[in-house]
Amino acid sequence: MSKPLDYENLNENVKKCQYAVRGELYLRASELQKEGKKIIFTNVGNPHALGQKPLTFPRQVIALCQAPFLLDDPNVGLVFPADTIARAKHYLSLTSGGLGAYSDSRGVPGVRKEIADFIERRDGYPSDPELIFLTDGASKGVMQILNSIIRGEQDGILVPVPQYPLYSATISLLGGSLVPYYLEETANWGLDIVNLRESVSQARSQGITVRAMVIINPGNPTGQCLSEANLKEVLQFCYQNNLVLLGDEVYQQNIYQDERPFISARKVLMDMGGPISKELQLVSFHTVSKGYWGECGQRGGYFEMTNIPPKTVEEIYKVASISLSPNVPGQIFLGLMVNPPKPGDISYERFVRESKGILESLRRRAQIMTDGFNSCRNVVCNFTEGAMYSFPQIRLPPKAIEAAKKAGKVPDVFYCLKLLEATGISTVPGSGFGQKEGVFHLRTTILPAEEDMPPIMTSFKKFNDEFMEQYEDYRGYSRM
Amino acid sequence: MKGLDIHDRPKKLRGSSHSRNPQSSVFIPIRFLNTTSVDPSMASDYSGTPVTLDTINPKVLNCEYAVRGEIVTLAQNLQQELKENPGSRTFDEILYCNIGNPQSLGQQPITFFREVLALCDHPAILDRAETQGLFSADSIERAFQILDQIPGRATGAYSHSQGIKGLRDTIASGIEARDGYPADSNDIFLTDGASPAVHMMMQLLIRSEKDGILCPIPQYPLYSASITLHGGTLVPYYLDEATGWGLEISELKNQLEAAKSKGISVRALAVINPGNPTGQVLSESNQREIVEFCKKEKLVLLADEVYQENIYVPDKQFHSFKKVSRTMGYGEKDISIVSFQSVSKGYYGECGKRGGYMEITGFSPEVREQIYKMASVNLCSNISGQILASLVMSPPKVGDESYESYFAEKDAILSSLARRAKTLEAALNSLEGVTCNRAEGAMYLFPRIELPKKAIEAAKAANTAPDGFYASRLLDATGIVVVPGSGFRQVPGTWHFRCTILPQEDRIPAIVTRLTEFHKGFMDEFRD
Repeated sequence: MSKPLDYENLNENVKKCQYAVRGELYLRASELQKEGKKIIFTNVGNPHALGQKPLTFPRQVIALCQAPFLLDDPNVGLVFPADTIARAKHYLSLTSGGLGAYSDSRGVPGVRKEIADFIERRDGYPSDPELIFLTDGASKGVMQILNSIIRGEQDGILVPVPQYPLYSATISLLGGSLVPYYLEETANWGLDIVNLRESVSQARSQGITVRAMVIINPGNPTGQCLSEANLKEVLQFCYQNNLVLLGDEVYQQNIYQDERPFISARKVLMDMGGPISKELQLVSFHTVSKGYWGECGQRGGYFEMTNIPPKTVEEIYKVASISLSPNVPGQIFLGLMVNPPKPGDISYERFVRESKGILESLRRRAQIMTDGFNSCRNVVCNFTEGAMYSFPQIRLPPKAIEAAKKAGKVPDVFYCLKLLEATGISTVPGSGFGQKEGVFHLRTTILPAEEDMPPIMTSFKKFNDEFMEQYEDYRGYSRM
Repeated sequence: MKGLDIHDRPKKLRGSSHSRNPQSSVFIPIRFLNTTSVDPSMASDYSGTPVTLDTINPKVLNCEYAVRGEIVTLAQNLQQELKENPGSRTFDEILYCNIGNPQSLGQQPITFFREVLALCDHPAILDRAETQGLFSADSIERAFQILDQIPGRATGAYSHSQGIKGLRDTIASGIEARDGYPADSNDIFLTDGASPAVHMMMQLLIRSEKDGILCPIPQYPLYSASITLHGGTLVPYYLDEATGWGLEISELKNQLEAAKSKGISVRALAVINPGNPTGQVLSESNQREIVEFCKKEKLVLLADEVYQENIYVPDKQFHSFKKVSRTMGYGEKDISIVSFQSVSKGYYGECGKRGGYMEITGFSPEVREQIYKMASVNLCSNISGQILASLVMSPPKVGDESYESYFAEKDAILSSLARRAKTLEAALNSLEGVTCNRAEGAMYLFPRIELPKKAIEAAKAANTAPDGFYASRLLDATGIVVVPGSGFRQVPGTWHFRCTILPQEDRIPAIVTRLTEFHKGFMDEFRD
């Protein structure tokens, strides 16, 4: 008799969902690492794993919060600066029993207030702490919101292609439908309203009710920063089509060009004024995992709701309460992120030095990688305007595609596996993010240490150019 | 307007005061949003927008979680009132006895654990001489040991999606030391508390409303909520109050058959041991029967064992279900078990850390791959919680520098919990019309109240379940927050409430007095 957890009896939605970031390539890389091969993991936006140091100030504060008995020790000042001690006391006073007590299911009220204040400073419009919910990482928040929206497979969510596969995986798990809208690679991964409209009509003609639109700004894996004009168009589009906009803004601190600084969807909405600013439903997501903080392991994130009806907010609160509360240390990291040391604080100089150091280096690495990829045969790479990734297009020759087919692999997986075996560089094939038919990419992060970048790019170029040599016709690359 | 209109939707409304009585009409929850920035005109017309109550996922509407339900909202409003008008009531604070959240009521964390966590959070200080003056030597040593298991000592990096391998090894050793049977670190999935692990299993098991999960009644409402959220069916099995909340296999069998006859495919059996809210500790022979039942009926055994360190009676002991199965000679091929553990309970009570794990045994590699895949979508659980889980499963040993103080802290907490359990149990049993089974384990008392007819009628008139009515009156008169039994489900027509044993020991006398006075007054008012 077959058992409930036999493979054939599993929830189909689980079987269907895919999350390539920790999929086949990653598993193979882990195997090789176990065998002793040196692997450079560029598959996940995981800065500290590639040598980025944590910022000192938050770690000092959190250590004191973990061990409050230190605060009474006369020698604590020998190891911890006074402003970290004050800050630890501040956050402990905001909790209802220290780090070890469940907080309010929406997060510690005092921290939510700090986040609201940050949003107001950033955007110039007040934000309501009651509409800010903290979560164990932004991913959990995304899942909670999508879970509220998706009723069944007739509900569609507009998702950019390429996209961060949290969206496709979650939509799959929840039994909804992903409605893709293609970003324009030749226009620097720009968002074209015409594409959007087409995607929506196509979905509707298939009987799908399109309910929400996801934008990832700055983009992942594509890195593009949306212009204000583009954001306005998107907001108008959502308004006209009765969609809730889900603004994944986790990379808002990672901006590597000056033409398009980060502007939040909420700010643009509020700037527009009028009925749209009071009616367009928006949920915005942020995290401590990215930016210059890179504190992925803390699992700290939040979402902010705009124009969501109070009764819906209550339901979302109810579901949050089933998991009791997000982890408290992660919440404190969020508070620290939105409320860093100020000029005059003892820790200010060091904090600025550390943060600037990281951001400036990321900017340099974004350039090194883009240029490096562009110097390779059959590789074209848009500049990484923001976020943490490079997403070069690999123009695979027909013979390579054939060889992939023979090996039973998707072409970009085939390429990435060969890259891994030859160089130890572990990437994520573009198919994991979605791409136009017949166009192949890979995603790598810009996170390896700056001094490691040149040898990595050299190693890549050697592999790539040899690969292209091997699989090209004598007559050079020909289109399929 | 398409979709469910708010007035027509099924009667499963949010809030702990909801009863199964079909007469209760639409209940308007008290608004807890004290926001001042909501424009009243905004609130009135959302009907054109995509995400309204009519159009959100109905499973979200249908699920309930009473532990943080309506009574807590009332309590928070009352707390606000007390803040704004001190002296307006006969009590000056709210006592939250609704939730197993020890450190919010003054329980102190275990020093050694916090020392290690602090050092892992800020490893930069490990090499400094001054650090040795602030931390115990063995906590420094343990921090080094743990950090060596983390690539680059990077506690801020996403880890392996099952959790850091070295920490899982430690946990596996801890399980083996506890049970006397080996554990495999590949079977362990570290999660943000035990609750996400429960959700994962429900996601995996439930394909449609035709899939059922056997759950104890009364039960911790994570199970009912999770089953609803995943679109499945809860198949209840009633624990027997008369025999100390005993679990009868005949009851399991009957409920299984009844479900099958309704076309439900029962996939798993959830057992909470020690029980929540009921506090009973299963006897080993009972556990054997349960293992045998699951094996025979091919059910996955979901063993919620988060209270394994909370046992207050000398005549009972914790045995993990995995250990019991292995003792019976059953291995991987014979029975599928998922064991849940957490850092939130025990004597450590670290709820806010969100640390826990599930140990899965008896699953094929293909299924494990799927579980891994699901875990990977969220990347990993918080690292600090992972570290804490490993500490809980391998605390200081005899001979370690911190052992004596660690043991003293642990013993003080556990013996105090045992005393509080007894005191409160006796107090409840002394109340008119109240009977309370002893709390053999866990953190709760679940007394039964015989409510007089007049009280039941008054509840009906107030559109509340009778136990919800009692609980809100109790809150109003004393500031004590308990969770009405309806939130956990109970034999229809019986009424209970769940009260934690967690307020600090020196507060217990005052609580007993207030509760006793209130109850007397309530019965005077409503006695037949």
